[in-house]
Amino acid sequence: MGLKYIEEFRDADLAKTLITCIRQESKKPLRLMEVCGTHTMAIFRHGIRSVLPDSITLLSGPGCPVCVTAQKDIDVFVAFSRLENVIVTTFGDLMKVPGSGTTLARQKAAGADVRIVYSVFDAVAIAKQNPKKQVVFCAVGFETTIPTIAAGILMAEEQQLDNFCIHSANKLTPPALAALMETEGVNIDGFMLPGHVSVITGTDAYRPVFETHHTPSVIAGFEPLDILQAIRMLVLQNETGIPALENAYTRAVTDQGNPKAKAVMHQVFTLCDAVWRGIGTIADSGMQPNSAYSRFDAGARFNLDLPEVSEPKGCACGDILMGLKTPDTCALYKRTCTPMTPVGPCMVSSEGACAAYYKYA
Amino acid sequence: MCLAVPSKIIDIQDSIARVDVDGVVREASLLILDDVKIGDYVIVHAGFAISKLDEQAALQTLSDMRSMLAADSARNGASAADV
Repeated sequence: MGLKYIEEFRDADLAKTLITCIRQESKKPLRLMEVCGTHTMAIFRHGIRSVLPDSITLLSGPGCPVCVTAQKDIDVFVAFSRLENVIVTTFGDLMKVPGSGTTLARQKAAGADVRIVYSVFDAVAIAKQNPKKQVVFCAVGFETTIPTIAAGILMAEEQQLDNFCIHSANKLTPPALAALMETEGVNIDGFMLPGHVSVITGTDAYRPVFETHHTPSVIAGFEPLDILQAIRMLVLQNETGIPALENAYTRAVTDQGNPKAKAVMHQVFTLCDAVWRGIGTIADSGMQPNSAYSRFDAGARFNLDLPEVSEPKGCACGDILMGLKTPDTCALYKRTCTPMTPVGPCMVSSEGACAAYYKYA
Repeated sequence: MCLAVPSKIIDIQDSIARVDVDGVVREASLLILDDVKIGDYVIVHAGFAISKLDEQAALQTLSDMRSMLAADSARNGASAADV
């Protein structure tokens, strides 16, 4: 019987051993940041915090694409849903995120044609089935998702669909790590790097930021043993004083990543500046359709003139995403901001730090 | 969001694979992943296979951890059977 790749990485005896090692080896206080919403959830779901020594603090960084989507981008998605003969297609976790006025979910309830899709292919299929309507896909994702969106655009091109386009709020991980390390007051002793972003980018994509800042960095998978192993490697790097860029998810991640996915991504998209909610603009941290594919950019097809917006008062999502605050120290947490009435994006997405704290902490 | 689960390829037609996820069969596009065949385990994200899982690497990781467990047991004076 071959490997199933799940149960083997949940082995209780091996987990106990890793925990024992971490407890024995961890001496200095450490602040370790995971940069992936799926890690945030996995750490809570598997009770990882409860087995770590007090010396280790885990922080949830800007790793949930919904959480870092700028309020203005949400307003753009909502504005599309108000247009005649437009179908807005989106991944489900974006539906409840508040823009400056309302949400896609409320727009849908009010009669707008907003449809949740599992894959960009579903959005392309909707465009094919509705030739008299324009279909806008809300493109929100990191490197894991961006190549799939590029593949969707190539498919729309192949099918000669002139009624499919995207509004890109796509974002790249390495520029965000660099921006974090350059922010005053940010104090991070190690990054647990996102496993499925790294599947695409490869370990090498982090090398420039690592060689600039020398922050201990380990790519991790998502099962309990993967996460514990990555924490142990970060502890050892800190205790020995020898920072490194390491890969603890070798069964899925290579140095070069997925060349085909990267080629498809770069065929369709080009770098652009992007606004990260709570953090601000980070140069060359976004991806939009390049000149050969600009007809698939919703911005080129519709002329929306939306006002600039400011983020909700009192919301600490920005500081939380940078590891400067934890959710329970935000004045709004559990008071005015709950999963039923979220104020900031970290409470909306199921992978947001505040939602995870609310559910598990 | 980037939740992606190991899935076993059971059939391939053109660029679409049928994958088994713990007994549930669904489709996954192979447009952004090269060099896969029936029987391979892949990670599927948002309808696309994005990575092939490397069995040798997985076995090596587990083997390294088991060596650590054995060393830990020896250090603590326990026999392998106690662990």
